[in-house]
Amino acid sequence: MNWSNLVAQMFNGLVLGALLALISSGLTIIYGTLGVLNLAHGAMFMIGGYAGYLAFEATGSYPIAVVAGAALVMVLGILIERVIVRHFYGRPAEDQILVTFGLGIVFVELVRLGFGSLSRSVPPPSWAQGVTSLGFTVYPTYRLVVVGIVAVALLILYLVLYRTRLGMIVRAGIEDSVMVDSLGINVYRVFMVVFGIGAMAAGFAGIVNAPVASLTPDVGESIMIETFVVVVIGGVGSFPGAILGGLIAGQILSLTSIVDPGYSYVMLFAAMTIVLLVRPRGLLGSRSRD
Amino acid sequence: MSLLEVHGLNAYYGDSHILFDVALEVAEHEVVALLGRNGAGKSTTLKSLMGVVTPRTGSVKLDGMEIAGSKSHVIAQAGMQLVHEERRIFGSLNVEENLVLAGHTAPNRWPLSRIYEMFPRLRERRSSRGTDLSGGEQQMLAIARALVRDPRIVLLDEPFEGLAPILVHELLATCRNLAEAGQTIIVVEQNISAAMSLADRAYIINNGHIVESLTAQQMRDNPDVLHRHLGV
Repeated sequence: MNWSNLVAQMFNGLVLGALLALISSGLTIIYGTLGVLNLAHGAMFMIGGYAGYLAFEATGSYPIAVVAGAALVMVLGILIERVIVRHFYGRPAEDQILVTFGLGIVFVELVRLGFGSLSRSVPPPSWAQGVTSLGFTVYPTYRLVVVGIVAVALLILYLVLYRTRLGMIVRAGIEDSVMVDSLGINVYRVFMVVFGIGAMAAGFAGIVNAPVASLTPDVGESIMIETFVVVVIGGVGSFPGAILGGLIAGQILSLTSIVDPGYSYVMLFAAMTIVLLVRPRGLLGSRSRD
Repeated sequence: MSLLEVHGLNAYYGDSHILFDVALEVAEHEVVALLGRNGAGKSTTLKSLMGVVTPRTGSVKLDGMEIAGSKSHVIAQAGMQLVHEERRIFGSLNVEENLVLAGHTAPNRWPLSRIYEMFPRLRERRSSRGTDLSGGEQQMLAIARALVRDPRIVLLDEPFEGLAPILVHELLATCRNLAEAGQTIIVVEQNISAAMSLADRAYIINNGHIVESLTAQQMRDNPDVLHRHLGV
């Protein structure tokens, strides 16, 4: 292994970390606000990819594919919340986990039914094909673009959460949704919006990632596990925590792969264990959920 | 007609029956104390009125509108506010954001200047995050957050608990001003003398049953009633 190989691998870690940060911020605001661990979140990532793929096939336009993928998953998220998840707010965590896990399976199998198990690919947009020289090494241009796109998406999410009235309500809801309701704000409507935005974050990541990795119905499964670990490392309900956790997890997974890819999950879970031992609420978590 | 009319209210935590046919009435501009020992059901009564705990049976009418079983935001929009014993300040929001959030859906919300006039300390601390406030400041903010909605009735759950005597004195004066200005209040308080200095009337609750209903004068004239039910 040489130096440029290491740096290239760190760039790979950055791409993966950025995607994980975006997907995890969706999962963490949903769990923080609703108290529901959405195990269908990986399926939202996958469906975003397929929705974008269909839109790309129909129009040949990458921007349309990204917008369509994200928008469709947002609508799907709102539907899931309205039709199914809202009936589980008053029920035990096991029930919530089982129903979202089941939903995830249903979505994966429906997509498999429609598209088969063979992988599909979405090419990068023409302006982002090829490689870019970083001086010491060359690197696929589109992967650099992914980091930029995800950074912009995270910035928008940050502005919505920290600079708007809706964001203020969501942050208050993450802390104490009962109190938000007592102050005359229909917290169930907030839940619906948060579920939609959270799902959209995953769907957006799914379509942006499609040109990097090929698209299969189970592409969301490993992402779901990694995302869950990221949320735990960063601190449940913490948006900055999801970003920090995502970047850390991306580097761990990527750098371990230099030595032996088989150990990357071992290292990821080891990191999570250490964080939990030192800071049980996660790196930037402010409180534990009861 | 009373502003608040409660009849046959029964509430449960899981299988345990906490409130038994609670009935009470509060007229507009009246301050009513709800007294009782620890675990008598005082907080549960307030939470059931606010919809934080959903009563299983019974009727709660606010200005003639049935609100029992409604969600808290509906009850809040009907004009009720509960100041929780635990204060429940949003620690990640600053003082002003806590107030803005509270007034968000209130049609006749108070201007913040009016809140800051009543609680000058909150004006000084308006950019401080909720987590950085002292206990007394948190209590002021909790009360201010209810008032900013211009509620018809405010439920205060142990507002003076855990505060230094000087702060109790200060907050008590604020509450008395509110009462004199015509604010309808139900106050739950362990500090009987503080509660009685505010209240026109009191209900005594014991094991989830309302056992006495007295005017302030009757309470002063019959200290043995307090002694019997509250051990004071």
